This record gives sequence, structure tokens and C-alpha cells, in this order.
Amino acid sequence: MLTKRIIACLDVDNGRVVKGIQFLNLQDAGDPAALAKAHSESGADEIVLLDISAAHQRRATLLDTVRRAAAQLFIPFTVGGGIRTLEEAAAVFSAGADKISINSAALADPSLITRIAARFGSQAVVVAIDAKRRADGLHWEAFTQGGRTPSGRDAVEWAREAESSGAGEILLTSMNRDGTASGFDCELTRAVADTVRIPVIASGGAGGAQHFVEVFGEGHADAALAASIFHYGYSRIADLKQELGSQGIPVRWPC
Amino acid sequence: MIAIVDYGAGNLVSVKKALDWLGQDCAITSDPGTVAKAAKIVLPGVGHFASTVALARSGLQDAIADAIGRGVPFLGICVGMQWMYERSQESPETPGLGLLPGKCERFPTRVKSPHVGWNQLEIAASSRLFRAVPPLPFVYFTHSFRAPVCETTTACCEYGGSFSAAVERDHIFGVQFHPEKSGEIGLKLLGNFCAL
Repeated sequence: MLTKRIIACLDVDNGRVVKGIQFLNLQDAGDPAALAKAHSESGADEIVLLDISAAHQRRATLLDTVRRAAAQLFIPFTVGGGIRTLEEAAAVFSAGADKISINSAALADPSLITRIAARFGSQAVVVAIDAKRRADGLHWEAFTQGGRTPSGRDAVEWAREAESSGAGEILLTSMNRDGTASGFDCELTRAVADTVRIPVIASGGAGGAQHFVEVFGEGHADAALAASIFHYGYSRIADLKQELGSQGIPVRWPC
Repeated sequence: MIAIVDYGAGNLVSVKKALDWLGQDCAITSDPGTVAKAAKIVLPGVGHFASTVALARSGLQDAIADAIGRGVPFLGICVGMQWMYERSQESPETPGLGLLPGKCERFPTRVKSPHVGWNQLEIAASSRLFRAVPPLPFVYFTHSFRAPVCETTTACCEYGGSFSAAVERDHIFGVQFHPEKSGEIGLKLLGNFCAL
């Protein structure tokens, strides 16, 4: 049976992981390469590295970071943050990423999705959507620029268009839940997952194992991504997966 | 030297990285002469079945077929494995190499497609590629078309019905999943191929 994926996210600023996670036997908890490897060894099914650096810092360090992390990573590795062109995507792939994640640039020009997919395959193109619940409580709006700028686009409609443009997966972050540890937005996740036929990765709000059970069940998510949950409660992803397995969620185990 | 065949489809870096990690002498090449001299051949593939048409046009197909005829070990990955069959529904006008009978087909509509993520294999005890791999291993897939189960199938996977996740006959091998992205299990399997 196809398992539900648990994805560890590293937010990287100027070559250093922010919200660094304490692993035993890890000399440098801020080094993305060391942390990616540690997450892989502790049971992550996939690693996502999101570069949140200011634009002027980004170019110099990102490719080096990706290269160092990829050299010792043998599970799927996605890199996102500020990729605006096919050439920038190609450089990230050459450095060792398996997939790239695009957000603002894809909303500005959906043909970027098509062009990257044509060269590297749809499986390599993840469209990230930062969604915020509208005042009506029934719809969600997609935001760009790290959640700073409303796009005016309905998040579910945009997911549908991203799929038809050639996206291979949707990384869907609930801005309302992000950082709250109060659980994923299952309604948002389900609205998107039931609209597209490509996998949907739920993000934002993970605080405990029950939240993962809910988003895989009620939310129809194919995968769930978290960062800060690994600060507390589950220092080993394997422990989380064991708990999910005992609650009937199919997970890769042993891992 | 292990030749990693580059025919312009997708990203070959991760396969090279895994073989480097295993300490293997390997090179990404699009030169039929280099493929002809290789001790082993790996044909990766991500993307569309139609992209394999470049193999025939560039002379790589002849170099690969000739090497297989001489007993050179060959491993096709993902679309590289599908190409070992006669053809694929994805691009009916593009012939495969036809080493294996049958054609690759789309997943049934009752399951989401593409099939992306970690799924479990049922492996045949006789497989050399899976030597010393624990039973029922999880490996990473990402594909929209699948190969039929046939006599040479050494690993089956279940997703909208059973399909061929690995094939093996004499010195030719194919895997639908990505061993270079399947953690320790995948590295073990690549190591087994390298050690043939």
C-alpha cells in the first residue's frame, strides 16, 4: 500500500537553518547538510529545504548548501525559495535537488511550471501555495512573497490551474495554522486534495501525532510537512511514524 | 566504468551521486562509443516515454543493444525500465527495446495518478538485485505508467492492482522505482548491481 509521507522541512537563511533542531551527536545544529542527513536517518520520507534569505544573499550560498546536503542524501530532496526562472531551477537541479518548489514566480507566470516540467518532468515540479482563509470562512486566498502579498486568487482554483500547467505536487500551507501547533487545516487540505489528482502535501499547524492522523484521514492529504514539531515531542520522526502506524495510518516502517 | 546514459531526459545527478557514494567509477555520457566500452550500463529515466526516441536517433540504442548482446550488465530505472518492454501507452508510436514482452499502461482511474511516494515490494527470493534486502522493503516511486507483471518480474507492487516493480533476466535488470532515492534499501540494491 502506498504510504503517507512525513516530510521534514528546513528553513534556511543565508546558509543556516533557522529553528534549528537539536539532534544527539550533531556538532552543528545550524548546518542544513548535517540536519538533512540527521532527519533522513531519523525516519523522514523526504526533505524540503526552503531558502528564506534576502534575495541578495541567496545566490551565493543556496547552491553550495544544496550541493552539500544532496551529496549525502538518498531520499527525495526538494528545494524552494526564490526560484524565478528555468535557468535558476536548472542550477538547483544540477546541484542535486530532485524537485524544485515554486510559489510567487509561478503565480506571476504559470508558464514557468510548464517550462520546468517540460525539461525536468512534472514529478520534479512542486507548486507551493500559501493559503489564508477569507473573511467568509469558506474560501482561501493564495498569498505570495512569503505570505506578505495577497494575490487575489482563490487557492483551490489556483491549485487546479497549477496542476493543468504541469505541476507534479502541491505543497499547501495554511497561513492561519502555520506556527500555531494547533493542527493542520483539514478543510483547506481536503478542498484542494479533492480537486486535483496530483499529490497534496499538507503544511502548517502540526503539533502532535493526532494532527497527522486527522490530515491524512479527514484532510485527504498524501503527505504532511512539518518543521518545528521536531523541536518538542518527537525528536525522532521514527517515533511519530510508529505512533501513526499504531493508529492505522500506512507509513514507511521500519525506516 | 559504469556508463550512466544521458539522452536528454530529466536529471541524472542523483543516480551519479549514489554510485559515487558507493565508490564506483561512473560517468554520465551521451556518447555511444563510451557506452560501448562500459563495464556496466545504467539507463535512468524521468519524464515521458517519447523522450526515449532520442536513444534510437543518437546511436545510443544500438550501443546499448550491442552491449547487452555481449553480456554487459544493464539496469533500466523508471522510464528506463519501461523502455525494456515493447511499447507504452504513453507514446504508442515510440517503440521500446522489446527485451520484455508486453506494453506499459496507465493506472486505472480509481487511484490517483501519478503514483508518488513510498510503497512496499513483494520480492522473489531468487533475485540477485535484491540479494540480502529484507523482505517487504519500501522504495520510492514516481510514475504515471506501469509495466505488466511478466515471467521476469522479481518484485511486485500494489497500486490500483499489481504491477511489475522490478524485472530481471540473466544480466538485464529493470526497476520502476528510484533506488537512488530509496534510502539504505536502494543503495544496497545499486551495490548489488555494481558487484555483479
